[in-house]
Amino acid sequence: MIPRPRPERFRLRRTMMFMNAQKPGLIKDAYIYGCDSIMLDLEDAVAENQKDAARFSLYHALKTIDYGDTEVIVRINGLDTPHWQEDIRVCVAGGADGIRIAKCESAKDVLTVEAAVEKAEEEFGVEKGRTLLMAALESPKGILNAYEICAASSRMFGVAISGGDFRKCMQTTPQRDGIDMVTARGLMLIAARAAGVQCFDTVFTNLDDNEGFEAEVRQNKAMGFDGKSLINPKQIRLVHQLFAPTEKEVIQAEKIVRAVRENAAKGLGVFTVDGKMIDIAFLPGAERTLRLARACGMYEGDLV
Amino acid sequence: MINKVGRDIPDYLLKDGKEVYQGKNYMDGKYIQKASPKTRRYETPQESKVAESIVKALKDCGAKSGMTFSFHHHLRDGDFVVNMVMKAAIEELGLDNLTIAATSLGSAHDPIAEYIEQGKVVGIQTSGIRGKMGEVVSAGKLKTPAIIRSHGGRPRAIEGGEVHIDIAFIAAPTSDCVGNCRGIGGKSNCGSMGYAMTDAKYADHVVVITDCLVDFPNMPASVEAIDVDAVVVVDSIGNPKKIASAAARISQNPRDLMMAEDVARVIASTPYFKEGFSFQTGVGGPSLAANLFLEKYMDERNIKMGWAIGGICGPMVELLKKGKVGKVIDVQDFDLDAVNSINQTPNHFEMSASQYANPANKGAFVNKLDFVVLAALEIDTGFNVNVLTGSDGVLRGAPGGHPDTAAGSKCCIIVTPLIRGRMATVCEHVVTVTTPGDCVDVLVTDYGIAVNPLRKDLIECLDNAGIKHVTIEELKNKAYSLVGRPDDLEWEDKVVAVLEARDGTILDVVKKIKPYKI
Repeated sequence: MIPRPRPERFRLRRTMMFMNAQKPGLIKDAYIYGCDSIMLDLEDAVAENQKDAARFSLYHALKTIDYGDTEVIVRINGLDTPHWQEDIRVCVAGGADGIRIAKCESAKDVLTVEAAVEKAEEEFGVEKGRTLLMAALESPKGILNAYEICAASSRMFGVAISGGDFRKCMQTTPQRDGIDMVTARGLMLIAARAAGVQCFDTVFTNLDDNEGFEAEVRQNKAMGFDGKSLINPKQIRLVHQLFAPTEKEVIQAEKIVRAVRENAAKGLGVFTVDGKMIDIAFLPGAERTLRLARACGMYEGDLV
Repeated sequence: MINKVGRDIPDYLLKDGKEVYQGKNYMDGKYIQKASPKTRRYETPQESKVAESIVKALKDCGAKSGMTFSFHHHLRDGDFVVNMVMKAAIEELGLDNLTIAATSLGSAHDPIAEYIEQGKVVGIQTSGIRGKMGEVVSAGKLKTPAIIRSHGGRPRAIEGGEVHIDIAFIAAPTSDCVGNCRGIGGKSNCGSMGYAMTDAKYADHVVVITDCLVDFPNMPASVEAIDVDAVVVVDSIGNPKKIASAAARISQNPRDLMMAEDVARVIASTPYFKEGFSFQTGVGGPSLAANLFLEKYMDERNIKMGWAIGGICGPMVELLKKGKVGKVIDVQDFDLDAVNSINQTPNHFEMSASQYANPANKGAFVNKLDFVVLAALEIDTGFNVNVLTGSDGVLRGAPGGHPDTAAGSKCCIIVTPLIRGRMATVCEHVVTVTTPGDCVDVLVTDYGIAVNPLRKDLIECLDNAGIKHVTIEELKNKAYSLVGRPDDLEWEDKVVAVLEARDGTILDVVKKIKPYKI
């Protein structure tokens, strides 16, 4: 049995890689590829008559494989299916770090899952509140209710948009410039930031279109996403590369963190760094840059 | 006697000056007396050397029991020639006590296993041995221990007289009527004929076997008529589908790609990665894919590869055509792209096995090599590699050019998954040492990278480039934690194969495996 440490609600999640929970060959060592989170799928990747087998495989994977620092999230079946309750029991019993709620449309959906998770935590003697939640927004209604969803529970660490279903609802298809989802992405990002949770973009499914993938990841970063869902390990390195801060940004962040701390000790709230006005409000952003830099192997200092 | 890689070599094998392996470059500076063949004069002008059958050619060359016949393996698993010649010699001429000295043997040669069991074939000298032949030799059925040599070790042994070839049989995709041979222009094309060249020069008799007789002169010839006694035309020398695959495709397996990218990162972190660097890679999944990622780094740094050697396939030809590599020098071709390019694409040249890898000559290409990327069946914590015996101890592989390129190159990178099925690739002790650990520099696996502690300079390179690495012991422990530590194999005393290091010393022996009981 591999005991996993208590999940961190806010951690680095640049890459969340989907894989079928029923495929031992895939899930046995998915951590080797270096993604921040793996997303073991009980939903769409698993055929209707294989749900139970997939749960079985998932449970044993969680119990026997040492995923190390890689976060392990499980995508459960929708609340409109007969599977989700049993999915939750397996996730909690196995000790998954978090659960992704498929097709989430309201705060009520989050609360429904939360109640079931709490019950399962009690049933299996798991520390209450350990299991984190995130929501997948797959419909216009989900997007419009994004804020209440993000703010519904203290277990919530983030939201993700699911492009396939969403585009169908909107009667559109993937566009080169991302215009098909720009409003939805924007609304979701605003809601996530307002509620103080993370925000993740959808998968890019054309594995042969490297240029298109790169353009989308660049746009994700420019819009302010925390990370992206992936379908293939070969997508990981590019996301990590593009999400990495520049050397200049790292140096600047280091200066800011040092200056804020030094000036706080002197009782100064506002001061300048390289001619720019800086105050305490810059600290979280700078610290985030350093944490990101550390994860990217660009920062080895001790400020974060 | 225990040798430098810790293997116990039975004393009775150490006769006639044979020594155990003493470490890399031990033979450097020593002199060898080259052997010379006894060849027949053909003074009277000949219209043609075409013999009506293999039997006739065998008779003309004075074939008799006890002789050594040589073959090359350019037709790979599609080869018909070894079987056809041995059948004629044994079944039609009634010869026995024969030794086969081949550059390599594969499962195409399964029928030879029967001749071994009958005691008609009593000696095997080869780089590779697989399939049924591997099984019968491992079962102790061959009268004398098989001798396994690297691609460079074989021409060394031939040139130094350790192997005397009575008749060399040269399978040739095309030949003219007097024996000028080429690897292209026929129906069973193999491209380079590099492995056949030393045989043709050092055998007493040379018989060319072709399925495509072309007009004289067949130029430029890989094997020249001046060395050929007879030409035999047969219906087919091999199965073209198995000789050269359609274009070798770069793996899409994410695990292979990840390892390949790591290989390229390691290469790019060393000082040898500069304008004009030289490179060889294998055709296995991650080895071949390394080409792809290496190209990215070359573009980024705006440098070009000076030259590449080895078994060649499409992706390397592609780089040559794009002008990203200066010259490709080719001892063997693995796919049709390479076959169709050799001697056609400017700067794509052919070379002999001796020129490629012989440690005893004065200018083998491997000695000028910066990087080589190689696979492994097993690698142990001393960085010793096994590419010959399976986890059951049975012969099923080939050292090929592995030991030669590893020893000659400045940076030898082994790339392999940590586990295969339930077998740990990284282990405590490999079953057979085929490439000694003092020649291996970096190991890239899907679970991490390890650098040979002998290469402190490379450790520093990786550290400076921010490439994470661990000790090979950690990788071994990880492998055992996943699949368990295998029980040790149980052997009988009988030596079934002697594994020569490339310099001719004895690196390891393979013994008869004890029958497996559950």
